[in-house]
Amino acid sequence: MDEPGGSFSFAHGARKVAPFSIAVFGFGMSFGVLARPTMGTVAPIVMSLTTFAGSAQFASASILGTGGTLAAAVIAAILLNARYGPIGVAVAPSLIGPWWSRFLRAQLVVDETWALSADGRGGHDPRLIVGAGLVLYAAWVTGTAAGVLFGDLLGDPARLGLDAAFPALFLALLVPNLDRPQARVAAILGAAIALALTPIAPAGVPIVAAGLACLVGWRRS
Amino acid sequence: MSAAWWLVALVGVATIAIKGAGPVLLGGKPLPPRIGRIIGLLAPALLAALVAISTFGGDRALVLDERAAGVGAAAVAVALKAPPLLVVVVAAVVTAATRTLV
Repeated sequence: MDEPGGSFSFAHGARKVAPFSIAVFGFGMSFGVLARPTMGTVAPIVMSLTTFAGSAQFASASILGTGGTLAAAVIAAILLNARYGPIGVAVAPSLIGPWWSRFLRAQLVVDETWALSADGRGGHDPRLIVGAGLVLYAAWVTGTAAGVLFGDLLGDPARLGLDAAFPALFLALLVPNLDRPQARVAAILGAAIALALTPIAPAGVPIVAAGLACLVGWRRS
Repeated sequence: MSAAWWLVALVGVATIAIKGAGPVLLGGKPLPPRIGRIIGLLAPALLAALVAISTFGGDRALVLDERAAGVGAAAVAVALKAPPLLVVVVAAVVTAATRTLV
């Protein structure tokens, strides 16, 4: 490996992401509880193993659970995950090596690992993505399994306030990204677009549209 | 194959393809400066949108419920430079307490 960053970055990434992994475990548990009545015991766990994208899994499982069609569930998931297209472009310059290695490490890129691995100059520490990504992946899959298997004992995850853990986690990730005026404009614009479209557009569309707020970077700040 | 397994298969393949596309096609090459600058603002734009939607988003509606109290408390914790774990715990505890008390 001839990538920048010392070998300690794996462990560094794992340590940095540890606080977030507890919230992700809780979110995985909520997904397991929600998905089990419609998807059974095994399918939600396999989905977390293969998809590793919480909000899309949550949305598509709940669409299926409330009587929506398979097509509607799949389209919502694709719309919610569409942001990983441009996010992939953002991390691409930092991922070097053979294509299969770039492909595998790209699967560990989720909102949290992408935000935490940013070096503030547009680059991303690839070792941090892997270290942090593996910890979050383990938390997500074991959380899902715990929700599917022990969800009955837990009761409603909302009762424990776990539904607010998620926005709080994103808030903790957002604040270090607000160091420049242009970034603050993009954040306000992104939130405004998302809120404005939520009542009128299907799940996923508001997130994709909010991503367009990054076009304020067209002009040099 | 049941609808649940079709969902697992289709969403899985689509997500893996979306995540892999950028790094496989563009990996290791620097982006042009303007594109780099725009992509660099994707983090604040998307994270702020995720905060907003997961706080106020309902089923095709904006709702003001106990989550807002929890996220408000989390914002205070962030402003006081609390570590992320504490921020998340504060949000969950305040939301659960508001839900029980109000």
